[in-house]
Amino acid sequence: MFGLANPDTFARVTRPLIAPLWVIAAGLLITGAVWAFRVPEDALQGDTVRILFIHVPAASLGLAVYGALGLSCLFYLIFRHSLADAAARAAVLPGAAYTGLALITGALWGQPMWGTWWVWDARLTSMLVLFLLYIAYAVLRGAFDDEGRAARAASVLGLVGLINLPIVKFSVDWWNTLHQPASLLRAGGTSLDPAYLWPLLIMMAAYFALFLAIWLTTLHTEIMRRRVLAMRARQAREDRHV
Amino acid sequence: MNGAGLLLRREMALAWNGGGGPLLACGFLLSLAVIVPLGAGPQLDQLANLAPGLVWLALSLASLLTLERLFERDFEDGTLDLLAMGPLADEAVVGVKVLAHWLTIGLPLALMTLPVGISLGLAPDQLPLLAVTAALGALAFSFTGGLGAALAIGARKGGLLIAVIVLPLFLPPVIFGAGALVAQADGRSPGPALALLAACVLVAGVVGVLAGAAGLRGSRT
Amino acid sequence: MDIESRSQHGVRPMITLSLKDLAVRRGDRTLFEGLDLDVAPGEAVSLTGANGAGKSSLLRVVAGLLAPVAGAVRFEEGGQALEPAEARARHLHLLGHQDGFRSGRTAADELAFQVGWCGGTVEAMEAAVRRLALGALLPLEVRRLSAGQRRRLALARLLAAPRPVWLLDEPLSPLDSHWRAEVGQILQAHLEGGGMVLAAVHDPLPIPARTCPVGGAA
Repeated sequence: MFGLANPDTFARVTRPLIAPLWVIAAGLLITGAVWAFRVPEDALQGDTVRILFIHVPAASLGLAVYGALGLSCLFYLIFRHSLADAAARAAVLPGAAYTGLALITGALWGQPMWGTWWVWDARLTSMLVLFLLYIAYAVLRGAFDDEGRAARAASVLGLVGLINLPIVKFSVDWWNTLHQPASLLRAGGTSLDPAYLWPLLIMMAAYFALFLAIWLTTLHTEIMRRRVLAMRARQAREDRHV
Repeated sequence: MNGAGLLLRREMALAWNGGGGPLLACGFLLSLAVIVPLGAGPQLDQLANLAPGLVWLALSLASLLTLERLFERDFEDGTLDLLAMGPLADEAVVGVKVLAHWLTIGLPLALMTLPVGISLGLAPDQLPLLAVTAALGALAFSFTGGLGAALAIGARKGGLLIAVIVLPLFLPPVIFGAGALVAQADGRSPGPALALLAACVLVAGVVGVLAGAAGLRGSRT
Repeated sequence: MDIESRSQHGVRPMITLSLKDLAVRRGDRTLFEGLDLDVAPGEAVSLTGANGAGKSSLLRVVAGLLAPVAGAVRFEEGGQALEPAEARARHLHLLGHQDGFRSGRTAADELAFQVGWCGGTVEAMEAAVRRLALGALLPLEVRRLSAGQRRRLALARLLAAPRPVWLLDEPLSPLDSHWRAEVGQILQAHLEGGGMVLAAVHDPLPIPARTCPVGGAA
């Protein structure tokens, strides 16, 4: 497994996966989307229930991708391997995008269902905090002139965010029960009809494949960028010596 | 005198030396306290509801504003190099500096919340709890803020950067601290919320010291 | 023999320093590689090289403030290898461009803190203040000192807290000719007491010293 830590090996092994992943992601997305428009309307929610198929996978993947980011940070701190740092960085954009999508679709869903765009309830607040954690990692990673310094600091923060997330989740749950009884949240949380379950699972898989495709593509770009930089540096040295 | 005592004394002296120490933070809290009634209207019953929120806002902002200097000055003038070659481990250096921050900023602010609470019409029997939660919360803020300040050492835009990376970590103490006050106002026991607030302080202490030391080590390039 | 150098005798452990196959990189530039150096007690080594050759970086590597990309720094006491962190916390002084004095505090406060932090006594500090003629400067704020006066204040820490390994970055550059000679005597006394000096210099040290070129060759 640790053979993969070598950027060249990693690039060689994962290179053939990238194109198929994009194709799979596209196929699943189209299938899921078409299916989502063919499910019967919900008795209670009508057409708006279809937001479910965009919203729920986005929220789950937003969380899961942060897990991947935090683990990459942990690996970086243990093995000091730049590939782990690149992996953490490559997870920021898709993770933040999923989380942002979950927040926006949640607001769009909340407007017809609850009559308001935003509620300060536990779920929404902890998703917002997740979004902030992505931003925090990204700004810290970009705040230094020295690459190694930036990678070390940001990795510590990414790891701390991993610990902090369940704590925030827990505290926000507690806060929610204190302020408002759970009257609103039940609307979406009913047990799912199989007619909804299958397209939902397909959309989940689609989001996951899309994340993997973006992740690997970004990593490959990063490896190539470093190769170019190394080549340029070597070229500059040789020119000087001539 | 041992290393920890020496460093603590220097940090406290520095807080008074450059910018009036607690006066600055307390003045900040008072200015906020003046703005709120002007903005939200002078009805005391409404203001009493806002008082806990105001206290937590002021605590977190005052912590953030003072944190930028916690390590940055030491980094710029070479003190961090000297500290690295003394009797204390990095973890202890972070712990002592954070403790000094709490003693010079956090505790005075917690005391200052009492007159502010009175002026905003908070029930007198809530004042002791207000001071206790503010003092505990400020300690948690100092620890997590110290973490952020250590990670941001040498960064291009220090102050704002620290605010962005630290604010998500500030939320649990705010929730439990304000929760204890609300529970008491509703006639319930503030005990559970206080216990959770104390747990937040402990977690912030452990994580803040460990990650802060990692930040210090990372800054040595 | 004056007071400081006598007090330096006896208390000081004899530390040997050895650098093996050291390579240091800043950013994506390799400053030097394959650097070997052994320094025994009583020895002085001048690190020479052009600006940016890596002299200061080498000192920071020895002080543990910068990690080498390859090689090792070893400290020995009587043939016994020391834990590097322990050695750095107890036996090392680094005197660099940044002296760690806070400009708004008095020289007396700052020196007392630095000496205490490095394990020196009040008596040794008073002796060092006399040796470096700092008495009149102590009540002043550090920001009012000249570069040369600040350097003397920093040197007082080295005298007052006896540690055998002195890592000096351009120690003489801000000093006038009188104080250069005086510091030469201080360094000489330090060496005679079994200490060692590793100094990054452009002008030669006023004491007999081995020369170690840094960078350039690679």
